[in-house]
Amino acid sequence: MMEKIIATDRYQFTAEDKAEIEHCLHHYDDSRAASIDALKIVQRRHGWVPDNAIAAIAEILGIPGSDIEGVATFYNRIYRQPVGRNVIAVCDSIGCFLVGFEEIYSALKKQLAIQPGQTTADNRFTLLPICCLGACDRGPVLMINDDTHFDVSVEKLDAVLEQYL
Amino acid sequence: MSSNVNLGLNNISAETHPLTWRYNKNNAQPILDLKTYESLEGYSALRKAIKEMAPADIQTLVKESNLRGRGGAGFPTGIKWSLIPMHENAGQKYLVCNADEMEPGTFKDRMLMENLPHQLVEAMIVSAYAIQATRAYIFLRGEYVLATERLNQAIEQAKAAGYLGENILGSGWNLDLHVHTGAGRYICGEETALINSLEGRRANPRSKPPFPQIAGLWGKPTIVNNVETLVNIPAIILRGAKWFRNLSQGKSTDAGTKLYGVSGRVKNPGLWELPIGSSAREILNLAGGLKDGLELKAWLPGGASTDFLLPEHLDLAMDYDTIGKAGSRMGTGLIMVLDNQHNLIAAVRNLEQFFARESCGWCTPCRDGLPWTVKVLEAIEKNQGQAGDIEFLEQMTRALGPGKTFCAHAPGAMEPLQSAIKYFRSEFEQGIKESPSL
Repeated sequence: MMEKIIATDRYQFTAEDKAEIEHCLHHYDDSRAASIDALKIVQRRHGWVPDNAIAAIAEILGIPGSDIEGVATFYNRIYRQPVGRNVIAVCDSIGCFLVGFEEIYSALKKQLAIQPGQTTADNRFTLLPICCLGACDRGPVLMINDDTHFDVSVEKLDAVLEQYL
Repeated sequence: MSSNVNLGLNNISAETHPLTWRYNKNNAQPILDLKTYESLEGYSALRKAIKEMAPADIQTLVKESNLRGRGGAGFPTGIKWSLIPMHENAGQKYLVCNADEMEPGTFKDRMLMENLPHQLVEAMIVSAYAIQATRAYIFLRGEYVLATERLNQAIEQAKAAGYLGENILGSGWNLDLHVHTGAGRYICGEETALINSLEGRRANPRSKPPFPQIAGLWGKPTIVNNVETLVNIPAIILRGAKWFRNLSQGKSTDAGTKLYGVSGRVKNPGLWELPIGSSAREILNLAGGLKDGLELKAWLPGGASTDFLLPEHLDLAMDYDTIGKAGSRMGTGLIMVLDNQHNLIAAVRNLEQFFARESCGWCTPCRDGLPWTVKVLEAIEKNQGQAGDIEFLEQMTRALGPGKTFCAHAPGAMEPLQSAIKYFRSEFEQGIKESPSL
């Protein structure tokens, strides 16, 4: 029984992902440095980093799984629990505060009926705060997945959200 | 494109605007192909450096130029470089570009990388040559997706042209340049935390000494410079140290130009390349001043971790020493303005929430002191402050001040708080609940 659980539970990289992680090793003088790259590759595949992938990454890099977990839980852009199909990251730093991000944040919470850190029931959106996105002359700013949206207003929110299914 | 750049400026040339003139010459369009960049003096500094100059010559030139670090601390670049071992047995050395732009209010490096990726690539190559590094990294924040794509494209083009890789321009010197993208956390911008992050560790800062120049990335000599700092180097190589020192036009003892910016409720927020030491008023005027009906209440000169200044400070030169003497720091030089309709206590609460969340948790004053500070500020914001809360906050500014923590994160967090109490104490007092009469 035990054997079966371990065998079926073992994380399987796709050949493509594994090759990409191994390629990343060439960029550094120590394999540990590819930790973040590897976590991102796994996350790109699943939207988040599943538990069993931690050990699998550790095995490729030749370092303890606890170290990978330490890294995975430190960085806010690595998700250790499932997220929705689209991740909304709202800049909540002072630059966007000065131009009224709080209004947008409230509107998003209300419209999606979730709090930051939560995912909508239809799994469409996860809402998170993020550090200054470096576009303060065009705030409020938010990111959805890899797209940055500038000059966001409560009025424009619907048009922005409907681009993401 | 994200930013308005040099709005309202005329007569932009290579001699006057070394950081942005190419962008301007290209009709404010990004320069993504090698040929266009080459047609605008691109890679000519690299050719000059490799054909005519020894690494030590470039180091001397950078020292003489009086270039100071544009990431916020203003440390002289030449002095930073001079600590790197240059003897034959120095072994592997690294150059790392700090492109983890996350200081709230700062949007200059994004502009430089998205619009002028080759300019940074060339700057990295000449700087790596000057310290004889053979591996270089651009530590780029993961959210800068467009910059990642464009820098990688520029690197591929530079490789194909023989500017990167092995035996660069016949010099016998090799350089491998890689863009490493991060996974978040403000603390990665701290030089030693950045090195830990690049090594694939949690981004906790390291104790200094040893300084990275002696024992940095993987324990080897490493130079970490900000994007804006580095992109000055090719121009210094082409036009000399004296030219660079004169760029400030007597406005400052500092040298060169600076990318200044303004955000907040102003008419034309944006970014301008100006002589370093230009006054905050000049910069604010370029931004068109505040929107109609608003008045300036206070301003942060260069990021969340700088002390507030007042309207009376607007005529000060925006350089490291002048702003330092006024009790703040120039920081990244991108101004944020608070107007009379902002709630100052709420703004300070927002700033401290940011620092509390972004603390790496390594040392106690920062990890525990910042959330506690937020709690007290939240109470004051709701007019629920207790007697003694202001004194408590003042105590925090000392307990979390310079020398009390492992790195500059908590001291940086205390800068806006201490100056807010200094200048706007009455607003804090208004948030203290009146004690019940006996």
